[in-house]
Amino acid sequence: MSETTSPNVGATPIVGATPIVGTARVKRGMAEMLKGGVIMDVVTPEQARIAEDAGAVAVMALERVPADIRAQGGVSRMSDPDMVDGIINAVSIPVMAKARIGHFVEAQILQALGVDYVDESEVLTPADYANHIDKWAFTVPFVCGATNLGEALRRITEGAAMIRSKGEAGTGDVSNATTHMRKIRQEIRRLASLPTDELFVAAKELQAPYELVKEVAETGRLPVVLFTAGGIATPADAAMMMQLGAEGVFVGSGIFKSGNPAQRAAAIVKATTFHDDPDELAKVSRGLGEAMVGINVDDIPVPHRLADRGW
Amino acid sequence: MTAPVIGVLALQGDVREHLAALAAVGAQARPVRRPAELDAVDGLVIPGGESTTISKMVELFELREPIDKRIAAGMPVYGSCAGMIMLAAEVLDGRPDQRGFDGIAMTVRRNAFGRQVDSFEAPVEINGIDGGPLHAVFIRAPWVERVGPDVEVLGTVTEGPAAGRIVAVRQNNLLATSFHPELTHDRRLHAYFVNLVRHAR
Repeated sequence: MSETTSPNVGATPIVGATPIVGTARVKRGMAEMLKGGVIMDVVTPEQARIAEDAGAVAVMALERVPADIRAQGGVSRMSDPDMVDGIINAVSIPVMAKARIGHFVEAQILQALGVDYVDESEVLTPADYANHIDKWAFTVPFVCGATNLGEALRRITEGAAMIRSKGEAGTGDVSNATTHMRKIRQEIRRLASLPTDELFVAAKELQAPYELVKEVAETGRLPVVLFTAGGIATPADAAMMMQLGAEGVFVGSGIFKSGNPAQRAAAIVKATTFHDDPDELAKVSRGLGEAMVGINVDDIPVPHRLADRGW
Repeated sequence: MTAPVIGVLALQGDVREHLAALAAVGAQARPVRRPAELDAVDGLVIPGGESTTISKMVELFELREPIDKRIAAGMPVYGSCAGMIMLAAEVLDGRPDQRGFDGIAMTVRRNAFGRQVDSFEAPVEINGIDGGPLHAVFIRAPWVERVGPDVEVLGTVTEGPAAGRIVAVRQNNLLATSFHPELTHDRRLHAYFVNLVRHAR
């Protein structure tokens, strides 16, 4: 009994006694419950258990972590259903899984498997270079990446219930995550400062629906939760993104490509909560062993940059 | 009479929504992460979130003992969803190392209604709250399977596959719901809790 809802979620409560699933409120609400937490990329049930033990609020199932996708090349797809099942059975926290941009059938399969959130992700090879998935058509909620406010609002228009800044996945280089988070926050502040008669043109420039632009201008925030992702490798990276206004953190290759994943995972969880306490951050940053070997985003040829996928 | 000061445990979860709901019904709402901050509040809300994470953070922030002490001394506490789990004497389908506070004599089952695709909205009538049923939002929610003799059942699901399940309870100054009133614009449950805090002062 899924419900297709308009992007403009009003305050009107549903009248009638029948329970109703798949509403914008339960989809967006699920992301609200993850705030202040860390979501970790995992490719096996064992990694999922390590993530849960470390205090992750959710895990993200995918075929290969971004660093391996980058190193090995080839087409990258949704994780094997047996692997997704294995991960779902291994942990009690929510399980997310990645589908290719525009691949609505991968998303249908992930929904049928019972995943709690689908990430329509630029980290995988896009399946459609024009259209993203119509996310309103699903009961399962979606998170999507964005590099700027216009992109975030277009994803929300298509039904995304959560946004993450993209960063550049699989690099261990946090600079693009910083750029994208600053950019989104800057554009929100700018909207909030505009007189109402300039919002029409602002909507045109952002290539986003006027109603959503007006809502952001009035509230000073996105209508959905905003996490960060892409290149976060250390507790300090996570804490910096939180101080820049992220409401939570996705960590991909940064954990399982490091010397001591369990310890690093726990440290990043602590750093996300203690993000504004330098003494605690100093404590949790000690003795973590090798961080993942990074790649500078500048050294990656433009066609191989993942953040440019999606539009 | 000055407004009661109510803290929201701000380790993880939908802290901001609870702060806004409390402020809207006349409380001085503030986040609580440190024992010293706890000392300054008249009541506490444990928000929705991931209960296994919140449980770990409670240990890390050395909040378990201070909160248990305040509960024993009669401080009102309200828990929604993960907060309900944190207030339960016994948790089913939790992690073995998961530990809540010395709270309500009840057994709750974690993620009892199913996974996120089963998350739902439904009206729930609450004993002691006038004006018709609350529009309740359940997100990977727990339910209450058993309650002790001192626990008052305030609300149950009335329709659908989970009809009859207990989703709101109170034991003296401790209040818990499976659902998230902070995600709607209906502030009656927060007003009910603020009143409870006023009377406990």
